[in-house]
Amino acid sequence: MTIFAVVCAGIFPLFHVGRVWFAWWLFPLPNANAIWPQFRSPLEWDVFAVSTYGTVSVLFWYMGMIPDLGVLRDRAVQRLKVGAYEGAGLLAKGMDVFRKYLYGIFAMGWRNAGNHWRNYEMAYLILAGLSTPLVLSVHTIVSFDFAAAQLPGWHTTIFPPYFVAGAIFSGFGMVLTLMLPLRAIYGLHDLITQRHIDNMCKICLGTGSIVGYAYIMEFFIAWYGANPYESFAFINRGFGQYSWAYYMMFACNVFTPQLFWFSAVRRNAALVWVMSIFINVGMWFERFVITVTSLANDFLPSSWGYYSPTIVDIFTFFGTFGLFSVLFLLFLRFLPLMPIAEVKFVMPAADPHGHNDSTGGQH
Amino acid sequence: MSETHGIIASFADTPSFYHAAEKVRDAGYTKWDTYSSFPVHGMPEAQGQPRSKVPVFTFVGGITGFTVGTLIVWFMNYFDYPLIVGGKPFFSPVFPFPVMYELTILLAAFGTLGGMFITNLLPQHYNPLFNSDAFLEVSGDRLVIAIESRDPKFDPEATRRFLAEIGGTDIEEVSN
Repeated sequence: MTIFAVVCAGIFPLFHVGRVWFAWWLFPLPNANAIWPQFRSPLEWDVFAVSTYGTVSVLFWYMGMIPDLGVLRDRAVQRLKVGAYEGAGLLAKGMDVFRKYLYGIFAMGWRNAGNHWRNYEMAYLILAGLSTPLVLSVHTIVSFDFAAAQLPGWHTTIFPPYFVAGAIFSGFGMVLTLMLPLRAIYGLHDLITQRHIDNMCKICLGTGSIVGYAYIMEFFIAWYGANPYESFAFINRGFGQYSWAYYMMFACNVFTPQLFWFSAVRRNAALVWVMSIFINVGMWFERFVITVTSLANDFLPSSWGYYSPTIVDIFTFFGTFGLFSVLFLLFLRFLPLMPIAEVKFVMPAADPHGHNDSTGGQH
Repeated sequence: MSETHGIIASFADTPSFYHAAEKVRDAGYTKWDTYSSFPVHGMPEAQGQPRSKVPVFTFVGGITGFTVGTLIVWFMNYFDYPLIVGGKPFFSPVFPFPVMYELTILLAAFGTLGGMFITNLLPQHYNPLFNSDAFLEVSGDRLVIAIESRDPKFDPEATRRFLAEIGGTDIEEVSN
């Protein structure tokens, strides 16, 4: 999912450059005058942060699928050997030939050997370890794009932790939005249990509260810092022309997750889904508030204005919905939705010490 | 064509599979492996395998990434085309730290995946074991131990008997 989101996320800066055909200026390549990009700019750091994040996510995702691709390959080969295509037509057989080779190529000859698993588990552990600081760094560096600017409302040191908490918050919200319908449609209630949903709700509650704290702290610092431009930016945010967006954001991001204190709410899947939509909306408004309010009313009152999206803005935005959905649905159709090997690993029957009873094999 | 690649035996459940692996190890075989669709806890020890070498590749990748990150910033902004921006120094280890950090992680991740492939001798799209119908069921729920014919202790009769003794069923010779 991250990958598809990064694909979408890649599009916005690309168009943001204004002249898309100059996007390669971002990469560490010399331009026509042999001048290199300069690395004092957070935008250049961001190029590295986002591309590393995208690449490592792809590697992690692919590596997690290698054993499962091996399973899909072996199933296709077994069906081809048995040859049970009576009445199913040539297409079914053709699909299995296709599966045998395509999944086979990407499974890289994985054959479930003990030796494979030994190295695989180590590599998986390390990749998981590498991805964790990457989550922190990518959002921190994105926040530098704002925090290193001089614009009031952007120029704050609280941005890195605030963006990381917001990212985890909206990420869990988005996963809930996608996961709950999948669980209902495919009947995955034994794989995605109530305990998982409970824990995700609690993380939303925790990070949502951190985000709420950051909102309040921004106001406090704007007053305590005694910078007239900064305090204007925040009074304008709360009471100016965009206050409707601010209250929308505050209600969705800070008040909605507070309902997750109640286990009755966490147990109601439909309600959790609706609330996860509120979280997504709230986080969209957070970006809107941060970006637009500071830019619409900057230092010079003569350049003030009221931003409303053009038709191109709106269509680009909805286009990313479409792009994401297509990639996500193709993934569901062609690749394992749940990691098969990981599910097997936690089954009681996988325990080598023979405690495979209802206690779950603890020793 | 009909040369023997090895002998495979199946086991009923994870505990007997695990203990059989210990017995194969103790019998002194070297060219053999266990096959299961999930990693078994403690199996590397039962097989007598050392700790995985993957972290070495990760470390080398990370060091390379850090060095490359430092060098590209130094080369581009200090050495090849110095450009004054905001009165800041041409090079300092501080401001490009995000770039160095990201490249460390990026190349460490590539090192990890590449290390997994190298230590596992992958990609290897053909292996004689896949000729066996029983072996294809390993990715389902079958648990298999295979002893290869290139093992110095391998003997078609004795190895077959040994695998039966340690509880193996469906014993089958796999040809190349």
